[in-house]
Amino acid sequence: MSTRLVQGYEVVIGFETHAQLSTQSKIFSRAPTAFGAEPNTQACAVDLALPGTLPVMNRGAVERAIRFGLAVGAHVAERSVFARKNYFYPDLPKGYQISQYEIPVVQGGTVQFYLGDELKTVRLVRAHLEEDAGKSLHEDFVGMSGIDLNRAGTPLLEIVTEPDIRSSDEAVAYAKELHKIVTWIGICDGNMQEGSFRCDANVSVRKPGQPLGTRREIKNLNSFKFMQQAIDYEVRWQIEQIEDGHAIEQATVLFDPDTGETRAMRTKEDAADYRYFPDPDLPPLMIDREWVEDVRAHMSELPRVMAARLVTQYGLPDYDATTLTQSQAMAAYFEAVVQACQQPKLASNWIMGEVSRRLNSGELSLEQLPVSASQLGALITRIGDNTLSNNAAKQVFDALWTGEASASLSAQAQVDALIEAKGLKQMNDSSALEAIVDEVLAANADNVAQVKAGKDKAFNALVGQVMKASKGKANPQQVNAVLKARLG
Amino acid sequence: MSLQPDDIRRIASLARLSLSSDQSERMLGQLNGFFDLVEQMRAVDTQGIEPLAHPVAAMQDIALRLREDLASEPNNREANQRSAPAVEQGLFLVPRVIE
Amino acid sequence: MNDLHHLSLAEMARQLRERRLGAVEVATHFQQRAAQHLAGSNAHGDNTGAFLAVDAEVTQAQAQGAQARLDAGQGGPLEGVPIAHKDIFVTRDFPTTAGSRMLESYRSPFDATVVNRLAQAGMVTLGKLNCDEFAMGSANENSAYGVSRNPWDLQRVPGGSSGGSAAAVAAGLTPAATGTDTGGSIRQPASFCGITGIKPTYGRASRYGMIAYASSLDQAGPMARSAEDCALLLSAMCGPDPDRDSTSLDVPAEDFTLRLNDSLQGLRIGLPAQFWGDGLADEVRAAIDQALAELKQLGAVVVPVQLPRTELSIPVYYILAPAEASSNLSRFDGVKFGHRAADPVDLLDLYRRTRSEGFGEEVQRRIMIGTYVLSHGYYDAYYLQAQKIRRMIASDFQQAFTQCDVIAGPVAPTVAWALGEKSADPLASYLADIYTLPASLAGLPGMSVPCGLGAGGMPVGMQLIGNYLQESRLLNVAHQLQRQTDWHQQRPALASREVA
Repeated sequence: MSTRLVQGYEVVIGFETHAQLSTQSKIFSRAPTAFGAEPNTQACAVDLALPGTLPVMNRGAVERAIRFGLAVGAHVAERSVFARKNYFYPDLPKGYQISQYEIPVVQGGTVQFYLGDELKTVRLVRAHLEEDAGKSLHEDFVGMSGIDLNRAGTPLLEIVTEPDIRSSDEAVAYAKELHKIVTWIGICDGNMQEGSFRCDANVSVRKPGQPLGTRREIKNLNSFKFMQQAIDYEVRWQIEQIEDGHAIEQATVLFDPDTGETRAMRTKEDAADYRYFPDPDLPPLMIDREWVEDVRAHMSELPRVMAARLVTQYGLPDYDATTLTQSQAMAAYFEAVVQACQQPKLASNWIMGEVSRRLNSGELSLEQLPVSASQLGALITRIGDNTLSNNAAKQVFDALWTGEASASLSAQAQVDALIEAKGLKQMNDSSALEAIVDEVLAANADNVAQVKAGKDKAFNALVGQVMKASKGKANPQQVNAVLKARLG
Repeated sequence: MSLQPDDIRRIASLARLSLSSDQSERMLGQLNGFFDLVEQMRAVDTQGIEPLAHPVAAMQDIALRLREDLASEPNNREANQRSAPAVEQGLFLVPRVIE
Repeated sequence: MNDLHHLSLAEMARQLRERRLGAVEVATHFQQRAAQHLAGSNAHGDNTGAFLAVDAEVTQAQAQGAQARLDAGQGGPLEGVPIAHKDIFVTRDFPTTAGSRMLESYRSPFDATVVNRLAQAGMVTLGKLNCDEFAMGSANENSAYGVSRNPWDLQRVPGGSSGGSAAAVAAGLTPAATGTDTGGSIRQPASFCGITGIKPTYGRASRYGMIAYASSLDQAGPMARSAEDCALLLSAMCGPDPDRDSTSLDVPAEDFTLRLNDSLQGLRIGLPAQFWGDGLADEVRAAIDQALAELKQLGAVVVPVQLPRTELSIPVYYILAPAEASSNLSRFDGVKFGHRAADPVDLLDLYRRTRSEGFGEEVQRRIMIGTYVLSHGYYDAYYLQAQKIRRMIASDFQQAFTQCDVIAGPVAPTVAWALGEKSADPLASYLADIYTLPASLAGLPGMSVPCGLGAGGMPVGMQLIGNYLQESRLLNVAHQLQRQTDWHQQRPALASREVA
């Protein structure tokens, strides 16, 4: 693994990500999981840990864990065990969190992604099922906090990596790839503002070849931007400390977006001793192979598998394939366009170029794209057969975007009609072109003289004249060729 | 082994109990008496024995029962909070939580 | 006066069904007796302190509902028959305290599954019964609401933790009661109070709504005056609860009365050598020998068996149960329900004072033990080791059951002891649990059957232990014994006295 040093230090980062699973009900109760309800209206007796209540496991959460395990090529454990993590906190109703400790449901696996054009692989240690805690609200109450337990019991998949990450860029790229995977396979809505996808980064630095340094854990990084800022700050801070001769002490820190700094959290007293033990209320979770195979059979093609296929099937570069598999929607749109035009590279260029540019500037999602795949396909078909120059094609695209095309026609007919109406057809008839060229040469004797004297500028001027005379319909390459022949 | 007053303090703090000094003293004696009773157990050879976490596992293979993912619990906040010591605007109130 | 409270459950249900008795009349009769036995009120000389809560209106309303169903020729098998619940079961219509100050005036928004099922069978609730705080104790002296007393001698303990249940049934304050058994809490008080009680196989009865002490050991069961009564109650209580309790067995509800009259011809009764050691009082030994003699008369044969780790069950139990308890009781933190210390200066102060004020001494002691054995560096040496020996103990039983059909022995080494006799020395009462702990650790069904009176005219119980799901066999043996003998018919004088 190539190592980028910061002031002579190697940065070492491991990730713990909490992905809220997109189930209807809580992991151990039948209360709904919808976000944003009135305080404690979605916390049932079980979620509140009222005396006598017991947990009953949600099949949907297990099924999503299996999907994730398959998506990252991990081992889905035949037998995993729920344990109690004991600590007192107001947002933890039972005084313990039901989690998985010694035997998690998902074991191993890898996440692969491109950093620039370098393929990176981050190894996963595990992914385990657990319940989310509630929320403490500090506003509104003088000297008091209000506890809302609506979120308590929401199913979480905690995804833990090896310390394989070596820079903040790589950290963000990993997080984005993981985010893509969990949303692609539909186990998490990925909404970072609402806390559906929360990252903790364990950051340490060391001189190359030295043993791992002491790590500090940056908690609840809920935007990719803050993630990068927080890690960069933390790395600088740790290096300063070490350079000033201070030892790094293990700590949990929070990132303050306002100051751009990280600060150590008030450490929960004796948080170190969680007294884990197998939860006697929950027998072992058994997952038979038939279930795993059934889940596998119903899973859509995974992003990295699809990217590989786009390379082999359409001969796209890795970069294009990875970019086009950012989301299921984009990948599907690409394949539909290729279907219509049989021009994979052109289709890729247009989607990654013009289409993405327009979407971004208009802050639109692909679902809101006004140009259908068959329309873009028809447009690309006309570029492919030299009917349209790129510039002309952009004008047609504009027209399609603003909905000038008449819906009654087929996509190809719409595009052709627009080309006709706007007179954008490229002139490919050489005799006609030669005629124009001859007129232009005759009318610009001085430029001709300069060209002969070796002035390229003058040549370009002639090309411009010809294009002008052809009302932009001439094919630039052809113009060059004819001119050269004439002046040769 | 025998517990020290420090152990009692550490355990009490883990368990969120505040023991009066004479209670701690009494507790120390009783726990040490208890752990003497436990010593015989520690000597037993349990090489290769599977721990038994769920008694019926000694009778039959047990697997966690899974329920369908359906949200069917209605909002029952009023009844659920009837015995709550301090509630405001539907929130449970506690002394300020510092993070 | 009528002696309604001497009727068997089966007889009472029959007379109610045939409308020779009225549900309201029956309820009223027991309400009058129960009202005299409220914990903390010593107005009446005969007060056992068995009841923690009664509610005349609720009970009368339930009785009227039952009568309406009886009049319509509908209703369950126990329609109109009264019952009272150990206060460890949460109830919507009565307060639930678990014998703890922590839950003073707590109201549950739902009923325990067991309470529901018995109501479905038509039973009318008289109230809630005293017990050791969070079911931790063997004498019912650990209740925050006062001791419960033994109807046979008010200066003695009724046993525990279901002491109020045993006392109430023995005193004729209710024809039946629910109990819970974690390490012997149904069998031992049943033995001390001369009634019949059974703890079914772990997982037979739902634990939903049973305030958890030790989750892997807690099990609900009925306490009544005969094996037949227990069979009727157990049939109504048991059955899978897939929506609410992940540890409830996928075993269909069963009619435990069907095999009551099977012959005992050739029944092999195993007598574990370790159950007849020095600690066993002669009077208890003698009473059990009589019962065994009766069973032999009925065609049973006794065979010696071995339960070599019987003594180890004490440390194993007192590691596992407190460990689970320390975690189960963490939810009592003064935030969502129950007691909360006044004017906490901060969160830590709220937690620590709330829990030390709300929990009694024995509960705090077990929380301390449990927290310690789970804490860093001790888990393997204590908790894990205990779970391994637990499996060995379970295997010992399977070995024994290759040689016998049921196991018989004492429930407790002695008859009920005097109030306060052991309360100063917790270890002494831990040791007295030795005969009930092994079956609890293995999750096996066990029951206590009256088998005569010992010193001071105090009742002695014989313990019967069956293999998994063999409750019918146990009840069959007990019923046949009770057809031949009248030990279970004997009543404390108090039970026959008129209410004041």
